[in-house]
Amino acid sequence: MLLWVAGFIILLVKLTIVLGVVLFLAGYLVWVERKFLARLQIRLGPNRAGPYGLLQPLADIVKMITKEDTVPDGADRAFFLLAPAVVASTAILMFSVVPFGNDITLLGQRVPLVVTDLNIGLLFVLALSSLSVYGVALGGWASNSKYGLLGGIRGAAQMISYELSLGLSLIPIVMMAHSFSMVEIVEAQKSYPFILFQPVAFLIFVVSAMAESKRIPFDLPEAENELVAGYHTEYSGMRFGLFFLGEYVHIMVFGGILAVLFLGGWRGPFLPPVVWLLIKIFLVALFMIWVRGTLPRLRYDQLMDLGWKVLIPLALINILVTGAVGLIVH
Amino acid sequence: MTLYGILFYLISAVVIAATAVAITRQNMVHAVVYLIVSFFGTAMLFYLFGAPLLAALEVIIYAGAIMVLFLFVVMMIRAPSAGESAFAPIQWVPAAFFCLVYLVAAVLMAFRSPGMNEPLKMLSASPRQFALYVFEYHWFSIEVVSMLLLLAVIGALNLGAGRKAGVDEERSYRDKTPQSVED
Repeated sequence: MLLWVAGFIILLVKLTIVLGVVLFLAGYLVWVERKFLARLQIRLGPNRAGPYGLLQPLADIVKMITKEDTVPDGADRAFFLLAPAVVASTAILMFSVVPFGNDITLLGQRVPLVVTDLNIGLLFVLALSSLSVYGVALGGWASNSKYGLLGGIRGAAQMISYELSLGLSLIPIVMMAHSFSMVEIVEAQKSYPFILFQPVAFLIFVVSAMAESKRIPFDLPEAENELVAGYHTEYSGMRFGLFFLGEYVHIMVFGGILAVLFLGGWRGPFLPPVVWLLIKIFLVALFMIWVRGTLPRLRYDQLMDLGWKVLIPLALINILVTGAVGLIVH
Repeated sequence: MTLYGILFYLISAVVIAATAVAITRQNMVHAVVYLIVSFFGTAMLFYLFGAPLLAALEVIIYAGAIMVLFLFVVMMIRAPSAGESAFAPIQWVPAAFFCLVYLVAAVLMAFRSPGMNEPLKMLSASPRQFALYVFEYHWFSIEVVSMLLLLAVIGALNLGAGRKAGVDEERSYRDKTPQSVED
């Protein structure tokens, strides 16, 4: 019983720390994005709230919480209120299978440095990413607005298209690690990161995951100059904030999963494991911001062609090649 | 009753209630969402029975992919408004008849099956065990299904390629006669 209580307390502490760090970093990722984008466009970015605009995320939160939480007339009230929560919570839950260090021993008890080590960890991530479609689609539909509906439909089409190549690109990793568990996938990269052996899978994963996160150049569901803001046109206050929180947490989850699957997770020389994982997440986030500042938006037919005619066949061929090489080597 | 028993009845109640609500909604989008809740509950039942892989696949395939397609279609069509029924009353008769047959069969099975009083052992099948079992005893069906899916993918690619050429022709035709588009 005592052991059970101790385990429960450790789990709660882990949850609190992970949730706190993820939300804090997501808030500051907004600041990093605004600053970095500003430098790319030769401006200064936020520089009024605190030194270097460092208090800007706090100011944004205060602004969003104090704004009126409006529900448009004719909206489907329940779905309208729930949709942002679906987007934010699925993104946050994905982080629960990302390991951030080796097991440590605390007071004679082994504590794994991951919120939960599921033996279906990778599938858990894919399941949550497929559920986050509903937040976008239902949010757009429930707004009872043409822009919202079009954004929601575009979002649903885009996300189910790229989910296929996302899932297919990860099968070679599972074949090499012999496991769905994120902890065991990191374990399998003890001597070398998988990116050296799976550069094609890496590319497909990066492109598909960027499309899943609906950012430039894949931001058709919220394309400003045709759909106002797409599926979140009618949202205000903190519900709008939840959509954004979901987006930035999604960037971090993407960084964490990319690190775990291709870059060796928390492994790295000299520095502690958690620091390595954070460095890798940060670099991935910087890369995504850079892409946003550089590339124009794709056209809708280009988006669908890229997903269905390039990435999916490429991923299938990659699986075949990985299987053939695996057969020859063993 | 054990904790597992309580969870089982709780989740089953949610699944049955969500399905019942799903088939009685007038609003199609609401019906789709309740059906998703029902699939989600089914996935939790799978997890409770020690089949995490099936639970994940249930969410990914049914709740996450097939129902998105349903939602996609339903969002774009205009469903009949409340009050006007989608079926003629006479069509309820065969539906009710089949419901009754299934209900009787289910009740008979539940109360007359011999293993009813023996509690099942707690088991858990990791994805690895599941895969070994499937590929050892059912490899032929797996191969047949994967060939079928591969052919379907190739067919879809082929269809898409053909369609693209058609679109280009249409576009070049339209570019040549801009007045007709303007009018």
